[in-house]
Amino acid sequence: MAQIRIENVRKEFGAFTAVQSSTFTIEDGEFFMLLGPSGCGKTTTLRMMAGLELPTSGEIYIDGEEVGQRPASQRDIAFVFQMFALYPHMNVGGNISYPLRSQGMSKADAETKVREVARILGIEDILSKPVGGLSGGDRQRVALGRAIVRDPKAFFMDEPLGALDAEFREHMSEELRALHNRMRATTVYVTHDQLEAMQMGDKIVVMNHGVVEQFGVPQEIYDWPATMFVAKFLGSPSMNFLTFQGNVAPNDSAVLVGDARLTIPTVRETGSGQLTLGFRPEHVTLEDDAPIRGRVLASEYLGTTQIVTLTTAFGEVKARVPSDRVVPIDVTTGIRPDPRSVTLFDTQSGRALRSVANEKVIQNG
Amino acid sequence: MSFSVTEPSNRQKWFAGVLVVGYALITIMPLLWIIATGFKSPADAIAYPPKVVFEPTVEGYVNLFTSRTRATEDMLAELGEPTTWYDRIVRQYDMVITGPSRYGERFLNSVIIGFGSTFLCIVLGTAAAYAFSRFRVPLKDDLLFFILSTRMMPPIAVAIPIFLMFRQLGLNDTHAGMILLYTAVNLSLSVWLLKGFIDEIPIEYEEAALIDGYTRFQAFYKVVLPQAATGIASTAIFCLIFAWNEYAFAVLLTSGTAQTAPPFIPTIIGVGGQDWPAVAAGATIFLVPVMVFTILLRKHLLRGITFGAVRK
Repeated sequence: MAQIRIENVRKEFGAFTAVQSSTFTIEDGEFFMLLGPSGCGKTTTLRMMAGLELPTSGEIYIDGEEVGQRPASQRDIAFVFQMFALYPHMNVGGNISYPLRSQGMSKADAETKVREVARILGIEDILSKPVGGLSGGDRQRVALGRAIVRDPKAFFMDEPLGALDAEFREHMSEELRALHNRMRATTVYVTHDQLEAMQMGDKIVVMNHGVVEQFGVPQEIYDWPATMFVAKFLGSPSMNFLTFQGNVAPNDSAVLVGDARLTIPTVRETGSGQLTLGFRPEHVTLEDDAPIRGRVLASEYLGTTQIVTLTTAFGEVKARVPSDRVVPIDVTTGIRPDPRSVTLFDTQSGRALRSVANEKVIQNG
Repeated sequence: MSFSVTEPSNRQKWFAGVLVVGYALITIMPLLWIIATGFKSPADAIAYPPKVVFEPTVEGYVNLFTSRTRATEDMLAELGEPTTWYDRIVRQYDMVITGPSRYGERFLNSVIIGFGSTFLCIVLGTAAAYAFSRFRVPLKDDLLFFILSTRMMPPIAVAIPIFLMFRQLGLNDTHAGMILLYTAVNLSLSVWLLKGFIDEIPIEYEEAALIDGYTRFQAFYKVVLPQAATGIASTAIFCLIFAWNEYAFAVLLTSGTAQTAPPFIPTIIGVGGQDWPAVAAGATIFLVPVMVFTILLRKHLLRGITFGAVRK
């Protein structure tokens, strides 16, 4: 098991830059999520760590060793593909033992090892079956078996649950997490599903257009996004944005949104021009005397809560309020964001302005 | 006809059966006729109206494999009674066997040249197709088009230049020359077909093998080749059938040492009258290897030609 360090890694395909100078560290034993929309460079980053692509520049350290330009076979890592890539011409046992045989392990030793792994994954009874007829879940388990049988330094998974149906996905993600908790192996996991990333990950890197937007533990990223992209990408419904003209100076703890004065966490840097106030739907209360006025457009019932959509002079706002509260359509009411959980962004650059609340988190990223 | 997901009705099945049997009969008839003619006597072979029921004889086969000469009565008397069954057959026509015919060697030439060029086509074709499928080859599309363009005119259109080139290079009437020629003609087909098959194999299999600790070459022959077997088999059949049946180049470029069976078989006609049974016998035997090869690989062939038609 090993720590993985990515330093200034960059990948170009001809004129197209897939990954721009990324730097982050994956600690030993971490379940690490690479999160982003499709085409953001997360898979390319993973493939560079695995040695399936070679970085154009930059260094990749696995267990302290620089492996950036080495082929996959010399990195001692395991990879679980989205479509599993089980060898169709071998049975389940053959698939799992394949990486062992490449290391020159004897047939008998490999057999013992395969049995052991099969027991962990609960697939002992299908070892002699061909892989063609397996269910999605069993394929997934065989692919995992092939990965863990070798005790590699790290596991890389490229959307391993993407090919499963929704119901089974939930179950498999729990199984995966449980397996990780038992083995404590460094795992890097690529996904475009923010919920999956937050549920399973010890740490998350959010990427967009080949750039690392933010890097940290799920809760920090969710609460204190470093950019508007991260704020929008995580959470459902996503963060509310109120866009307005204004300015703030260090030590300000309030901001004027139109005529409304809103308390915010004390600001640490200057911001002016077009600013955006961001707050999560669950951090909004609807109060008749609140300074920002909004007209109710719709309400979605979600069981214990409902999502109320309001239109304001600064943009649309969604509020998560208890479902027992009656919110009639077309009524105008006041919106009060929780002052402790507000993030102020510079609209132009999309960057969060540093404040007492988020400065620690943002320094990390 | 309507397409339905339910079991076809008996009437539909019957209709389909009749169609298939009818088509099979039409294609098989000439073949059966040739096989039958091989077992007729020369008189029966040219009888009019044609004889469907006849007394079978292996005369044609004897004539195919032997050279014979007409003997005078004195000579025949001197030779005494025929000692073997084939002597006896020949003696009916006052002929004696002077030695084996050249059919055996021509047939062997066909085997060497046909299978040799097929083998080369598959080896080179698979390597090229793999490279085109997997690597960033500069000008890939242009190269592929160029390879295909070699098929855009009938090969025989370049017969004269090839003849002249072969003469300069000393490849005229050699096995190597014919293998080279058939490989050159077939290679474009084999590259294109095999590229299609290899494209269908997800690259993740090789990547999985690379990560499992294999080199790229090991990944190629342990993971890609077994999965491409179907495609390789059907490509091999196409290449073999072409090389096996090729007539025009064989007539032009071979005469003695490297002559294949197709140009040889018609020359039988010129030897001692129009011996159709011998010609038919030669054609029948000539059919056997390709038939066996195709039957052995027919499962692959069936899957092969429909491969890629449906996304799995």
